[in-house]
Amino acid sequence: MSFYDIYQSYREFDFAGFFAGLTDQDITRIIYKNRLSELDYLALLSPAAESHLEEMAQRAHRLTVQHFGKVIFLYTPLYLANYCVNRCVYCGFAAHNQIPRRKLTLAEVEEEAKLIAATGLKHLLILTGESRQHSPVSYMKDCLEVLKKYFSSISIEVYPLTEEEYAELIAAGVDGMTMYQEVYNPEVYAELHPAGPKRNYLFRLDAPERACRAGMRTIGLGALLGLNDWRTEAFFTGLHANYLQSRYTDVEVSISPPRMRPHVGGFPPRVTVSDKNLVQYILAYRLFMPRGGITVSTRESEELRNRLVKLGVTRMSAASCTAVGGRSHAEGGTNQFDIADERDVPAMVQMLYQQGYQPVFKDWQLL
Amino acid sequence: MKDIFKIGGRELTSRLFLGTGKYSTNKIVPQVMEAAGSQVVTVALRRVDIDFEEENILNYVPQGCVLMPNTSGARNAQEAIRIARLAKAAGCGNWVKIEVISDNRYLLPDNYETIKATEVLAAEGFMVFPYISPDLMVAKELEKVGAAAVMPLGAPIGSNRGLKTKELIRILIEEISLPVIVDAGIGRPSEAAEAMEMGAAAVLVNTAVATADDPVMMARAFGLAVAAGRAAFLAGPGATQQYAVASSPLTGFLR
Ligand code: SF4
Repeated sequence: MSFYDIYQSYREFDFAGFFAGLTDQDITRIIYKNRLSELDYLALLSPAAESHLEEMAQRAHRLTVQHFGKVIFLYTPLYLANYCVNRCVYCGFAAHNQIPRRKLTLAEVEEEAKLIAATGLKHLLILTGESRQHSPVSYMKDCLEVLKKYFSSISIEVYPLTEEEYAELIAAGVDGMTMYQEVYNPEVYAELHPAGPKRNYLFRLDAPERACRAGMRTIGLGALLGLNDWRTEAFFTGLHANYLQSRYTDVEVSISPPRMRPHVGGFPPRVTVSDKNLVQYILAYRLFMPRGGITVSTRESEELRNRLVKLGVTRMSAASCTAVGGRSHAEGGTNQFDIADERDVPAMVQMLYQQGYQPVFKDWQLL
Repeated sequence: MKDIFKIGGRELTSRLFLGTGKYSTNKIVPQVMEAAGSQVVTVALRRVDIDFEEENILNYVPQGCVLMPNTSGARNAQEAIRIARLAKAAGCGNWVKIEVISDNRYLLPDNYETIKATEVLAAEGFMVFPYISPDLMVAKELEKVGAAAVMPLGAPIGSNRGLKTKELIRILIEEISLPVIVDAGIGRPSEAAEAMEMGAAAVLVNTAVATADDPVMMARAFGLAVAAGRAAFLAGPGATQQYAVASSPLTGFLR
């Protein structure tokens, strides 16, 4: 059994027909249900639910405060390397893009770590492009030895690994992993990933489950919004989260709804996902998974992120930088994509307090 | 009559324990403690940020209060034990609330792992307060391995659903010689009062206060409710009767 079986079970499903059959009454009834089924979740992602966003928002807000409190966890990403052998058409680090490639030396890792730690942040997300040659697991482990001194929790967002490799990294101090499937639809996936190991849809799809089996504490999932119809992609992301949470009950599962941002490659989004769509996705997911984490990165604008604080979000990145070594060497490096919210940590903290929320810098520590 | 609660080597006048999670700012914690008259406060070690003065919750625990670090985040006995030892090393004293949760949907405690952790930590000299699903055999076992109290849930954490496990908690109160502290699920002061009337030694409240529109006022309400419930328990409420006692009894002639 893999999440793929669940995905397959919806292959023949008539999404358009289902959406067309929904009434306002159906939506209202679902919003106040105690526990939502998979199809209830789909109904809340429907066009029919668009006229119920305020009701959904009120309920999502209450559920979030009840389960998480008036707090937002802050973390920041650190790009270790941008070597990549894949050709994802939507990414600035893709192999065919002529950009300066580099990976941080351990001294540089330390330099970046010090700068981040000085801001008070304790949760770090480390990223690499996909290159087993330039950023092998052994390199990540070397970096972790350095980073462990500065951070209480370290997550990875790297190419899919084997269960043994995840276990190795957990032993080295990693407690969370994020893996964006990018697109759940296998045909669209194949088109957007023309070359490189990332073409292996199933190996990527099952990566979060391998990490769960290896003993990872937190798992983050997501579809990159803009690559395919957002309603079904949001649906499968939620189902994936639900699948993992049901089987690995001690793992904290969260989702993220990243929207495409400008980058060096210049690939335009295939579908537009409006702010309204994004909000509907977040609210529907919150009602479906009342205790599930929701992460919103600095891809989104300052104004929108401020508003999302009260709509179900539980984690935000702060003071992000998507270039390798971009914190200590402002002049160098190409960004993987351009960030939209450029606020520093004190500005984020101030915004959260203004909204009546507490920023949380530390929510776990290496044991 | 002065009703002093002796527990873990301390004498307490308040039987309301408070949690520190979910507040919009740590700054409000001292006000909440004061309004509630509470003397015991639980803090998740996973959130204690020693290096960051401003955000370090320990800096907001009022002087004279008992600090009860909890092992929130632990998924098994081993992790709970490690967190408890870290808390002690960080100067958090020797009280510890054991929370072992391996179910992220309802946050129900893992009683089996909790017993294992309690046994090890009690032997090391900790005052151990295990958070459990109310189960008599588990409570008896915890008593045997040296727990300072048992903390059964009234309903799942953060659910504000009240005393859903009332009958099971009642059995614990009747059968266990350790103090029974109702933890989790209490959403309203009236429910806290009810637990106290039943004979609970204390209650622990977090979400209901932290997420109230006015946490300070809600803390005061809980403080009053817990005191009222305790007084009612001590007063020995009259028995409730299903039928009115007839003024001309049927068996009066037997005299
Ligand atoms: S998305 Fe990742 S795998 Fe694809 S080209 Fe970019 S860095 Fe490489």
